[in-house]
Amino acid sequence: MSDLLEYAVRKLIIGAFVVFVVTVVLFCIMQLMPGDPIQLISNPRIPPEKIAELKKHWGLDKPVYVQYFYWLFHILQGDFGTSITTGQKVITLIQERLPYTLLLAGGSLIFQYIIAIPIGLMAAYKEHSIFDSIVVVSTIIFWSIPSFWLGILLILIFSLKLKLLPVSGYDGLSSLILPLMTATLPNLASTLRLTRSEVLEVLREKYVSTAYAKGLSEKRVLIFHVLRNALIPVTLMFFLYLPWTVGGAVIIETIFSWPGMGRLLWTAISSQDFPVV
Amino acid sequence: MGAKFDVKVLTRNKVFLAGLIILFTVAVVAVFADAIAPHPYDEMNVSLALRAPQPRFPFGTDQYGRCVFSRVIYGTRIALGVGLVVVLVESLIGVTLGLLAGYYGKKFDKIVMFVTDLTWALPPLVMALAIVTMLGPSLINVVIAIAAVSWAQFARIVRAKTQALKNMPFVEAARAFGEGDLNIILRYILPNVLSPIIVLSTLTLPQAILSTTSLGFLGLGAQPPSPDWGLILSEGKNYIRQAPWISIFPGIALVYTVLGFNLLGEGLRDILDPRLKL
Repeated sequence: MSDLLEYAVRKLIIGAFVVFVVTVVLFCIMQLMPGDPIQLISNPRIPPEKIAELKKHWGLDKPVYVQYFYWLFHILQGDFGTSITTGQKVITLIQERLPYTLLLAGGSLIFQYIIAIPIGLMAAYKEHSIFDSIVVVSTIIFWSIPSFWLGILLILIFSLKLKLLPVSGYDGLSSLILPLMTATLPNLASTLRLTRSEVLEVLREKYVSTAYAKGLSEKRVLIFHVLRNALIPVTLMFFLYLPWTVGGAVIIETIFSWPGMGRLLWTAISSQDFPVV
Repeated sequence: MGAKFDVKVLTRNKVFLAGLIILFTVAVVAVFADAIAPHPYDEMNVSLALRAPQPRFPFGTDQYGRCVFSRVIYGTRIALGVGLVVVLVESLIGVTLGLLAGYYGKKFDKIVMFVTDLTWALPPLVMALAIVTMLGPSLINVVIAIAAVSWAQFARIVRAKTQALKNMPFVEAARAFGEGDLNIILRYILPNVLSPIIVLSTLTLPQAILSTTSLGFLGLGAQPPSPDWGLILSEGKNYIRQAPWISIFPGIALVYTVLGFNLLGEGLRDILDPRLKL
């Protein structure tokens, strides 16, 4: 048990360090970018004294490391700073956007697992059957479709041709369907693939034969012995791929003008609004 | 390993064969783009803007009257070129670091693995976004950005394999003969990690193409008038009501190419290393 605790503590320290390094790297990158946010929001006719004053107001006249520690100090006190372009508190911006992104990402993850696990189990159980081959081939195909094109295609079919669903933005549940499908389908393929290969592996284990030999029913063995063990790596993958989900969010939210974090990030990066980033 | 590359073994695998055929057609299109495309990719003719597909313009025209078919054909060169260069760069970085970390172990290994974990922990697309914004949007910067965030997989797999190999009898025998470290790594270990590297390369190539076009789609990759598929798609998105063909055809080309690589990679994995997990 103490081993486990030690392990957990060590991982936590590494995790905290990773977060620290990430913020430093991001901060440096934003600093290195040509131009600065003040130039972007102010128009060229503003006198240089005024710009200097603005810079002082935002603390942009100080060296980079001073700015960084200044920022870190405020974060630790729970103050996330203010957006330079819009003047809103970053925390309110995030509060506005986060529920939408969580709705999209969470919804797609839930769907993905609800669909992928039973199909993956069945495909592996009937390995080399027609059903299995169809599953394998279609996962490779779905894997190859980029989410942004899938989004465009879905808009074309469901919104423009069939006129069933809204094109973009957010109003009500019907506008959730298309982004959700776009976010779910490509990931569904990889989860399905993983579930299938894990189940195949577990099916070859000796304890599965033992369970059968004990006279347990087919269903019982599959669900309680095979699936339980096969799901361990599948769950692990869930956490490993969280960062990829964030990356995907940027694109999907851009296509559907979804008011979430991904879009916030994209606009913030392009206008160099670094407190937001 | 030599025997496994038997032509019969390769062609018996239907998945591999399908991938090979698809990629062969893509490669032919890329090489002979000049002969296949009816128009130059940047030839504008505003009076012919947004025309539906017709014999003169098989895929229709875009908002500047450019032939979408020709643009898609020339785009093949960009997709293949960028994909190959990205994979070359990232496998060079990843394999070198993985070999050294796995072979020497200790402190160097710890440092390399830490950096690898760090790279793995960052959202790749977000990182690539940041790098591209820093360097400015262009194709070369996209290559740098994607390679910089995706070498970690190579380093991980090569390191794990190297660790397992370095205590094998044949490596110890080589050491006993007085072979130098560099010689052992290049002549004894590298040939034995080649098959996962080949499989991983064919499976990361489509990912690289997808990332390039994603960045192009966000306006951060190739710049107009380049016929990059992502760029055509992002331009077409604005005309999706009047001219859906601008968005449909480059997407089909993209899926076709990526599918080819995925099939090839899956097939290669089945042939070379069925237990390899990626």
